[in-house]
Amino acid sequence: MSQSTLSRVRRLSQVVFLAAFFFLLFRSEFTGSFRGWTGQVRLPWPVSIFLQADPLAAVTSAISTHALYRELWWSLAILVPTFFLGRFFCGWICPLGTLNHFFSSLRSEKKRGKALLESNRYKPWQAVKYYVLAAVLVSAVFGSLLAGLVDPIPLTVRSLALSVLPGLDYTSGALLDAWYQSPWRPVRFGADVAQFLLQGTLVSFRQPHFRQAFFLGAIFIGLLALNLRVTRFWCRAVCPLGALLGLASRWSLVHLRKDPSRCDNCNRCLLHCQGGDDPIPGPKWRKAECHLCLNCVGDCPTSGIAFSVGAVRSVATTIDAPQIQRRKLLTSVAAGAALVPLLRSTTGLQVEADSRLIRPPGALDELHFLERCIRCGECMKVCPNNALHPTFMEGGLEAIWTPVLVPRVGYCEPNCVLCSQVCPTGAIWEITEAEKLGRPLGASNTRPAPRPATGEAAPPSRPVGPASPEANNPIKIGTAFYDQGRCLPWAMATDCIVCEEWCPTSPKAIFLLNADVVDSDGSTKSVRRPQMDAKRCIGCGACEFACPVKDRPAVYVTSVGETRSKTNQFILPPAPKRQG
Amino acid sequence: MTSDSPAADRREFMLRVLRLGGLSAATLGAGAWLHVRSQRPRDSEVLVADRRTGVPADPSLPEMVVVQGESPEALVRRAVEALGGMRRFIARGDVVVVKPNIGWDRAPEQGANTNPALVAEVVRLCQDAGARTVIVTDMSCNDPRICFERSGIAAAARAAGAHVIVPDERRFKQVNLGGEVLTTWPVLEPFLTADKIINVPIAKHHSLTGCTLGMKNFYGIIGGQRSRLHQRINESLVDLTAFARPTLTILDAYRVLMRGGPTGGSLADVEFKKTLIAGTDPVALDSYAAKAWWDLDYQRLPFLRIAQARGLGKMNFEEVRTKMLTV
Repeated sequence: MSQSTLSRVRRLSQVVFLAAFFFLLFRSEFTGSFRGWTGQVRLPWPVSIFLQADPLAAVTSAISTHALYRELWWSLAILVPTFFLGRFFCGWICPLGTLNHFFSSLRSEKKRGKALLESNRYKPWQAVKYYVLAAVLVSAVFGSLLAGLVDPIPLTVRSLALSVLPGLDYTSGALLDAWYQSPWRPVRFGADVAQFLLQGTLVSFRQPHFRQAFFLGAIFIGLLALNLRVTRFWCRAVCPLGALLGLASRWSLVHLRKDPSRCDNCNRCLLHCQGGDDPIPGPKWRKAECHLCLNCVGDCPTSGIAFSVGAVRSVATTIDAPQIQRRKLLTSVAAGAALVPLLRSTTGLQVEADSRLIRPPGALDELHFLERCIRCGECMKVCPNNALHPTFMEGGLEAIWTPVLVPRVGYCEPNCVLCSQVCPTGAIWEITEAEKLGRPLGASNTRPAPRPATGEAAPPSRPVGPASPEANNPIKIGTAFYDQGRCLPWAMATDCIVCEEWCPTSPKAIFLLNADVVDSDGSTKSVRRPQMDAKRCIGCGACEFACPVKDRPAVYVTSVGETRSKTNQFILPPAPKRQG
Repeated sequence: MTSDSPAADRREFMLRVLRLGGLSAATLGAGAWLHVRSQRPRDSEVLVADRRTGVPADPSLPEMVVVQGESPEALVRRAVEALGGMRRFIARGDVVVVKPNIGWDRAPEQGANTNPALVAEVVRLCQDAGARTVIVTDMSCNDPRICFERSGIAAAARAAGAHVIVPDERRFKQVNLGGEVLTTWPVLEPFLTADKIINVPIAKHHSLTGCTLGMKNFYGIIGGQRSRLHQRINESLVDLTAFARPTLTILDAYRVLMRGGPTGGSLADVEFKKTLIAGTDPVALDSYAAKAWWDLDYQRLPFLRIAQARGLGKMNFEEVRTKMLTV
């Protein structure tokens, strides 16, 4: 296979992997089929595979947790071949790399003629990414996975899932709505067809909304726009994953061989260079910068450059290691080391945590959580109720963009554990419905005990609520409280109890007490006042979601009592036996 | 003539004045037109549905049938047969909406949603009677995609040949319900266009109304901020029933959630009553069920009184022609 054919194969690989990336992103959603007869909500596709194959997530979380969580070992399938081949991931697979590649190829006034050639030469600032890498590695040593903020895979998932796709969803939804206004039936039928075709991709079942979406989108679009100035600016200058893979390719066996005798100095090899690794004759080729895109080989009219495999390396023509200045490296290490203590000496994490910092079920206690969460947003994307959102300051600056449950937007669906299924790093530890709902440990969570008195055979198994008194406790993510000044039966002598209706626990955590109240006419009437049994409340937020007091709900959840914390707890007397 | 001659200048000047005049006239015209259009924004046009989904009364047939037996399918078949057969209610070529309760993310044995076998049998009977399309839909409280699956209703209804519509935002139309407390609400489109509506609720406990039965099931035909309705629940129920005008009501009381409703969860709260009540009088049906399982007299249920006053049926179930059967 000639090397220009290889460059076509590379393009195909980029398209295939980007398509797979988008496909899996779109499929990160419950679309209405349970796994077999078990009644468990599971996604049929390995939707987190790109995150699980991310070597930077693996390395940093391994540093912070001293372990490799479940499917994160897929990252070795990227890391180990990099030892031999170099940064093939950047040029062939990385979805953000492919997007940057595409946007770099757009015409730009800033990148023409000599300026383009000059911009594609190696620049000393390309070493910045190694300092970024050093800083995030050191912060991982200190137990904070800040890498997720700048790791390209979480960054891309987060930006697309929480901002770009919901934005496109809005656009297509608005167009469809306008289309449906048409008085002509055939035109409306066209809208039906369009909706059917776009369902599950650009038209969601329900338009998602996310906190922080504007900022996440603006950052992402800004990053893509930088490609119009400098080809693959992000990949060359910032990307810590690229830096990691650059270091990993130190002893790789793939080399660029230049034949100066055939060179007529046309500089065409620089025209489409992605990495800024100096394929031109004269300066040395920089292995750690090269994305192996093979454009230079295809562009050379005299076949003067070629990639070859071999252990022989020529110090005269190649720079194997990235050019890092020791002093700057030490500075970035110091910065990474200072970062976490500074962040953690601020209030927020263990002192004065926001009462509304409600983490998803299965989330580890806050310190372990921050050791793992890479802020990919996958849990938020997959949540069927749009309940999970990226934080801003709720968990302190350190925890920015980690998931928080916002019950007013959506509550936690009791029978759903999708967020824990998709979490690539175990920040939300994988749990089953049985663990979440609190059933007897070791008992089947899917088959309800048949009721012998009725003589009816057990129907196809599906999960049911807690069945026996010796059940393990359900996972609690917070506790609901009443704002009695706003609650209709408490403050307005009006029956309501929607919260009680929605309460999913059995017996219900919300119970009703009859009270005689006087309304504004002075007449006495009897209303049912809702009360919270904190012992039974799981903090799912269904009551807050459903509360008809629209602006600021009369019942709201705070994080106290969350199972994951040892300190954010009540000590309450055991729940009394109560019917209904 | 060169371009800088005075004549050319003058000509250019005149032309430009003309062009500016045209531009000014167009701007003024557009401004005047827009100015006249300006008015305080109003809600967009809403539909006023005009539907006839009822069937004529037949004095030779019972208005309500109470059947007891082991199999949900057999209960449905026997009840509909006693009411005169499905062909009495469904004409050939009808579009029929079957409205079960698919409100919650609960399995069938938890008794929070209508029995799927029963729904499937209703679908089959409609098709046997010649219905063109049988739609099964409901606006769930929990995520509809999960409720439709977990309840087993989507699978059972599809297997029976129904068109199952999981409601998304675009399935609703703003409609003036013309009720006492309910005016403009988003209504699930099939309920506006269908020829016949068959209500297939399940009997459950409910803390506010004592029990949730047939009339309460019509909460599921509207979207929007439904939780407001509880504040005037009795009037809301009647408004919805008056709007929906079910052709036939088939109340599932096979498994009855006696406590902890309407969501339930614990099998200890579910009792097997193995009963089905069907009929053309939605008020009498609710009145009967409330008395039968929660010992609630119709006098204690204001929505029945209001419904009778609005001419939707008889709240005293003893006044309707009733047939008791077992299979």
